[in-house]
Amino acid sequence: MCLAIPMKIIKIEDNLATAEISGAKYKANIDLVPDVKIGEYIIVHAGFAIEKLDEESAMETLRIWQDVADFHDNREKR
Amino acid sequence: MDKILKAHGSGGKYTHDLIKNLFVKHFCNDPLSELQDSAILNFSGNKFAFTTDSHVIRPLFFPGGDIGKLAVCGTVNDLAVCGAKPLWLSCGMIIEEGFEIANLEKIVISMQKAAEESGVIIVTGDTKVVESGSADGLYINTSGVGVIPDNVELSLKNVQPGDSIIISGNIGEHASAIISAREEFNIETELESDCASLNSLTELLIKKIDTIRIMRDPTRGGLATTLNEFVENQKFGIRVFEENIPIRNEVIGLCEPLGFDPLYLANEGKLLCIVGQDDANKVLQILRSFSIGKNACIIGEVIDNPNGRVLLKTRIGSDRVLDMLTGEMLPRIC
Amino acid sequence: MTIEKSDSMNYIEEYRDSKITRAILQEIFRHNKFINTNYMEICGGHTVAIFKHGLRDTLPANIKLLSGPGCPVCVTDISFIDEAIELAKKKNVIIATFGDMLRVPGSYSSLMKEKSTGADIRICYSAMDSLKIAENNPDKEVVFIGVGFETTAPAIGVTIKTAKQKRLQNFSVLSSHKTMPNAIRALLDADEVAINGFICPGHVSAITGTTMYDFVAKEYNIPCVISGFEPSDILETILMLMKQTNTGEAKVENQYTRGVKKEGNLKALEILNDVFVPIDIKWRGIGLIPSSGLGISRRYSEFDTRKKIKIDLPLPKEISGCICGEIMRGVKTPKDCTLFAKVCNPENPQGACMVSAEGSCGTYYRYMPDMKK
Repeated sequence: MCLAIPMKIIKIEDNLATAEISGAKYKANIDLVPDVKIGEYIIVHAGFAIEKLDEESAMETLRIWQDVADFHDNREKR
Repeated sequence: MDKILKAHGSGGKYTHDLIKNLFVKHFCNDPLSELQDSAILNFSGNKFAFTTDSHVIRPLFFPGGDIGKLAVCGTVNDLAVCGAKPLWLSCGMIIEEGFEIANLEKIVISMQKAAEESGVIIVTGDTKVVESGSADGLYINTSGVGVIPDNVELSLKNVQPGDSIIISGNIGEHASAIISAREEFNIETELESDCASLNSLTELLIKKIDTIRIMRDPTRGGLATTLNEFVENQKFGIRVFEENIPIRNEVIGLCEPLGFDPLYLANEGKLLCIVGQDDANKVLQILRSFSIGKNACIIGEVIDNPNGRVLLKTRIGSDRVLDMLTGEMLPRIC
Repeated sequence: MTIEKSDSMNYIEEYRDSKITRAILQEIFRHNKFINTNYMEICGGHTVAIFKHGLRDTLPANIKLLSGPGCPVCVTDISFIDEAIELAKKKNVIIATFGDMLRVPGSYSSLMKEKSTGADIRICYSAMDSLKIAENNPDKEVVFIGVGFETTAPAIGVTIKTAKQKRLQNFSVLSSHKTMPNAIRALLDADEVAINGFICPGHVSAITGTTMYDFVAKEYNIPCVISGFEPSDILETILMLMKQTNTGEAKVENQYTRGVKKEGNLKALEILNDVFVPIDIKWRGIGLIPSSGLGISRRYSEFDTRKKIKIDLPLPKEISGCICGEIMRGVKTPKDCTLFAKVCNPENPQGACMVSAEGSCGTYYRYMPDMKK
């Protein structure tokens, strides 16, 4: 119900962040996530950052499935 | 529907219905009812292509072009994809009172440059000035005439199952450049419009390849809409492969937050063609020999079942329908 | 091979990688106990992702996905659209709205039709844009059409607070914001369809936290998994639900750990509670649900359109034959509707489910090969 997209903060001016996704730069209000820093990722919905993206957790999910995928691949090869 | 909506001009279903139910109904003649990008006309043993296109765009100057370049390339392309060698263009201008003459000159110079590059001449024109507030600065209409070589017969009738679908490069860049140039979206990208004339590509293809079935330039409504125009009321369908469609990352980055789909974004310098499968690689080679065709890809194939439909093979490997654009694309939150 | 962080990552594409989705699918098939199971995705964003990426066809045949009531456009009562349209007709009013609401049919018109006949309706990407419109048009009243769930409401809250700081006299919000928990309860209490698990909305939960689904697991014994929106997220969620189904458990799990904290976004919740108060509100297709809406609190009543402008509403006229309501409750699918694809299509939508980008009917119409023609 709520389209929201991760973006990386590249600039902060007051409560307005410039955030980037794949080279497209958006402006996002950061009043709802006051303690974000440049270089961090935010999840942006309708021009507002609604939450910080937890990169560690994001990587963890990917790593787990990458491992499962590798496991399946190796089994198929054998 | 009792009033014209903006969606009637978006190139999707509304536009199609309006054309069919109003213009074709009343103008009713053979060349028109073919609904090609140009009318194909026979005159004293020669075949001509004749087309017209009105250009309305905001902003008038955008990364990669301006309304003048667009007006020339758009009409040249409508002729080119019908297999014609574009020759002569007209230029009708509707100018808002108060428009800067310096800007008008910039646009005219840009038109001349585009015309030279496309090998056409602008041979006639018209100027109207309307009251301040009744036009968005400047509207340009261009019409064009081209001649079609004797042996060229492009038609959907020649399409066969197994034929390849080829696009000459990355999609969605014109619309993306316009969206980033418009203030209300507040988006910055380095994307430029792909606005370019395609006649050098089409003329070489026609000369070298016998199995070019049909060509189009997917402008308003994007790739998805043009693919659907190919299959409408036909005995064949099309399957395209999501993974093979060339899209720049920046275009995806621009689309995701707005809820836009790049497959529906306008292009102004892309060629979409259906060619015999055996010639597909040769076509790729030819397209890639041009700088505007360097990212050409085979994106799909003609299928016999289901007919009249475009399917998209997703990256996960399942088929889903790829429909025409319906209504105007609006930024959304859900 | 292990994934390393790199600048080219965008935390979207990686979760669409076919290698990863294939691996999760293999796990789904490995854990399949061939029990007929209905999982409901509450959120319309999930519905769209499921269709757009073609996930349904890849699942085992015994796993059925139902679409729920989580599209803010679809659940907006027709009288609210009528209210917005009446406002749009007023000469001194500028309507500011998200693009989503433009084509939704009211009883007699839509905002888009009003726009085509001269009403001043501006599309905003961010609610903050509407403040700029108000500042630039001091002699007009700018009304923002406030729709959306917990995800969107805090942003509207910030906008209202900013308007107060700027002492804007000509800005107000017509609020139809809604909240999830009581709607889920209403759905479950109606007991019209067997639901064996919920795919819970990730971005609503980013604000609310994970505990708001506890009652579903505890009182109704139904597994809940909060899910992200990419193909691998949704597939992993289905796998997590299956594992709960297989063991007979019912608990709330969080698949979308990169976006959802247990406690939610406290700052956003604080603003939500400051600017809004719970009200009873009508959901299209479901009816009046107690404390499932958000009205503007007394502290900010000068920004409540309904307190500022008198709106005379025409008698609402529902479209006869439209079964949007049953579709939203998961009782029926668009296939069961006699209007679907015949008189109702995206160009000429009869109900909100067809017009919304994430409505069930619109999604079926766009993506299902065997539904039309």
